[in-house]
Amino acid sequence: MSLLEIRDLKITFGGLDALSGLNFHINEGEIVSVIGPNGAGKTTFFNTISGLVAPTEGDILFEDESILGLDPSTVTSLGIARTFQNVRLFPNMTILENVMVAQHCRTSQLIYGALLQTKAFKKEEREIRERAIEVLEFFGHRLVGYRMDQPAFVLSYANRRRLEIARAMATQPRLLLLDEPVAGMNPIETAELTALIGRLRTEWGFTIIMIEHDMKVVRDVSDRVVVLDHGVPIAQGSYDEVSTNPDVIEAYLGRPVEANR
Amino acid sequence: MSTLTAPMPSSALDQDWKKVLRWGLICGGALIALCLVGMPVELDRREIIERYLSLGYVSVVLVPIAIGWVSASQVVLEGFESRKQGLFDLVTGLVVGVIGGGLLSLLMVALDSWNLRDPLVNWSPKLFRFLTYENGMGFGAGAWIVTCGVLGLAGASLHVMPRAVRRIVGIVTLGLLSLSVLEEAVSDVSEGFGLEWLTDLIYAKKGGLTLTSTIVVGAVMVVIAALTNGRVKAVTNRYRDMEGVERQKASIILFAVVAVLCIVLPMFLGKIMNELLANVGLFLLLALGLNIVVGLAGLLDLGYVAFFAVGGYTTAVLTSPNSPWFAPELHFGFSLIFVVIFAIIVGLVIGAPVIRMRGDYLAIVTLGFGEIIRLLFMSDWLGPYFGGAQGITNVPGVDLGFATVKGTDPRSVFYLVLFFCVIAIYVSWRLQASRLGRAWMAIREDEQVAEAMGINTVSAKLMAFVVGAVLAAFSGAVLVAKVGSVFPTSFMILISIIILVVVIVGGMGNIAGVMVGSFVLIGVLGGPKQPGLLQEFQNFKLLIYGMLLVFMMLKRPEGLVPSARRSRELHQDEFLQDAWLKGDKPGIDDDADDEDAAPVPVGDGGGEEE
Repeated sequence: MSLLEIRDLKITFGGLDALSGLNFHINEGEIVSVIGPNGAGKTTFFNTISGLVAPTEGDILFEDESILGLDPSTVTSLGIARTFQNVRLFPNMTILENVMVAQHCRTSQLIYGALLQTKAFKKEEREIRERAIEVLEFFGHRLVGYRMDQPAFVLSYANRRRLEIARAMATQPRLLLLDEPVAGMNPIETAELTALIGRLRTEWGFTIIMIEHDMKVVRDVSDRVVVLDHGVPIAQGSYDEVSTNPDVIEAYLGRPVEANR
Repeated sequence: MSTLTAPMPSSALDQDWKKVLRWGLICGGALIALCLVGMPVELDRREIIERYLSLGYVSVVLVPIAIGWVSASQVVLEGFESRKQGLFDLVTGLVVGVIGGGLLSLLMVALDSWNLRDPLVNWSPKLFRFLTYENGMGFGAGAWIVTCGVLGLAGASLHVMPRAVRRIVGIVTLGLLSLSVLEEAVSDVSEGFGLEWLTDLIYAKKGGLTLTSTIVVGAVMVVIAALTNGRVKAVTNRYRDMEGVERQKASIILFAVVAVLCIVLPMFLGKIMNELLANVGLFLLLALGLNIVVGLAGLLDLGYVAFFAVGGYTTAVLTSPNSPWFAPELHFGFSLIFVVIFAIIVGLVIGAPVIRMRGDYLAIVTLGFGEIIRLLFMSDWLGPYFGGAQGITNVPGVDLGFATVKGTDPRSVFYLVLFFCVIAIYVSWRLQASRLGRAWMAIREDEQVAEAMGINTVSAKLMAFVVGAVLAAFSGAVLVAKVGSVFPTSFMILISIIILVVVIVGGMGNIAGVMVGSFVLIGVLGGPKQPGLLQEFQNFKLLIYGMLLVFMMLKRPEGLVPSARRSRELHQDEFLQDAWLKGDKPGIDDDADDEDAAPVPVGDGGGEEE
């Protein structure tokens, strides 16, 4: 059974087809990469799944239920979390708070509990905190310790990316959408994060869709690759299949080149 | 790190004349504006030092001192060896003062030659007499040029004198000024403690300090200032550095002291001071509510007064026998339940449509709703229910069994307000550190991302709106019980604005900041209709409010007592730099890739590090 299935998705922005006739599915436990040149519609694809953009046509099924027309927050609470291409943390909240706040949809205490400091409220706060630290520790020492109480804006670029993934993890998703997780990282950091993405599946059990430009990362982690160009899926399959596909090469380079690339 | 030297002037006359001229013109302009606003003449009635100095002259005299100080200050840059200040800066101050005084003299000449009273109401012979000390044109003009020059020099000399001396001068000046200006408050307090003889000794019969008492009190202050030098700072620093249990202990002691003061002090205070404290409390309650809406959730609500009105009218209708349509004459405590219910309903009704808007749009729409509510209460349509412009009168006080809280007994009102303020502070404090508080913060930071992270922004924002509404409604209820009547004119848009100014000046998002803001603005300057400690400034209150707001926005946008978060936010660059300079990596980061706390542009999508 597919965890997420997309049928004939079409999105039009005032005459421009950002996506047209996209069919896509991902099974539980898979890692699928979406690649394509700039403007191919990859981020629009993510925005549609997470409910930020409404499709013109088509349907999106998550666990066989349509999630079309749901609020982004409802989509997240169903179990789809995402990161953003241009890192969007809550810069003035501390690192710990960034991760704590992401558990909003998994917790329930409101005004009453906070005012009376009920047992349930205290227990929940403790659990939120513990879970947040657990998630942060996944990234090694970088985000924990004294740093937890620092505002997110002090973080380096790579750490911001890591924190964003941590924040998405904290929403306890089943499906994780990573938008260019290694953009702007150096080769060492990239290699490290590639390994972490693998562990996200094996240790945390997430199913992952990833947009990525770094072909090495795509090759190393993905089970399957989908190539978009001008809103149309032009190829699908394993990395090796896709990377030798003449259509894909043409989409990237504009003309056929020697096949031994 | 090599130290660079700032460019040195070769002689005291090697000034940046353009800069000096600019400050001189600013000084003159400020003096003229002040005179034409009418402040000096109006304040002239109030004596500071009997027969020698009036508040009017003080208001004029402060200008060249302040501008002398500003013009002679130099920018100190990190890594630059700054110039030692001396004669050069004194000359700057002197020239600036003289130019300012010269312009003021020009005003006098103009006052003498033409009559421009028609457009400029304060262009009067009275102002002329004030400026010339009733001694004729020549004397006045000369005297002001000399005085302003000397005062500019004095302002500049503050930079030159040693730190300790500067501190003493500052404390004595400020102490004497406030002792004199707050005469009424001081005598009110000392009366409560049975110390009338002391005030009789200090103050002259017609008001103002006597010359001898000025000298004596000044001398005492010098001694106190010299003795406490450095101590205060040491204590606050120690408190700041405390951690864990020790800090908790100190905080509890501090809290206990404040609590005891709040409960005991009013017993010794007279009517005027208690009335003042009650007003401060009413506005504090409003400000705490608005702080939740604006400071925590980031919803700029300019129609906040609407909820204040709802609380007031609900109480009036339910408790007053004069309520025109429905008069159940409930007890105040019982009516509070309905106050809460109606505040929630109105909060939801106003909130639901506007909550989907953002930023400026939200501000404008709430501004509209604030006025709509007032106009509804005013209208003929609802007149039969709420009394229209006649309002509802004869609202009884709060009968507590052993005492009745009403306006004629401001002390009891203060305690009632205190009770509600404590509730409001508790609510703000608890909510801030809860799941909901974090959600509000996230919405303030980036609404779209907050939503994508699973926060139902509509309900979270509505919740902020409703909590704020209930607190404002409490304030309205107490106000009505205090005043004994309610009119639509009590709920002008000005109140919304003033509360917002209180929150901004005090320190948005910080409970202590909001408290300080209400004391400073409402307590010292006074509310829209309520007099503050500085009653003389009553007519210039809004002017001072505006000036204060502009000044704060330029110099200290995080407020008087900022929340740590907000000051970090507004001074991100400095914070990053500090963290970087301190070498914020105590040995746990061995990877070369970690460049935390290095000044990386925020929200930049480009790859900075290859």
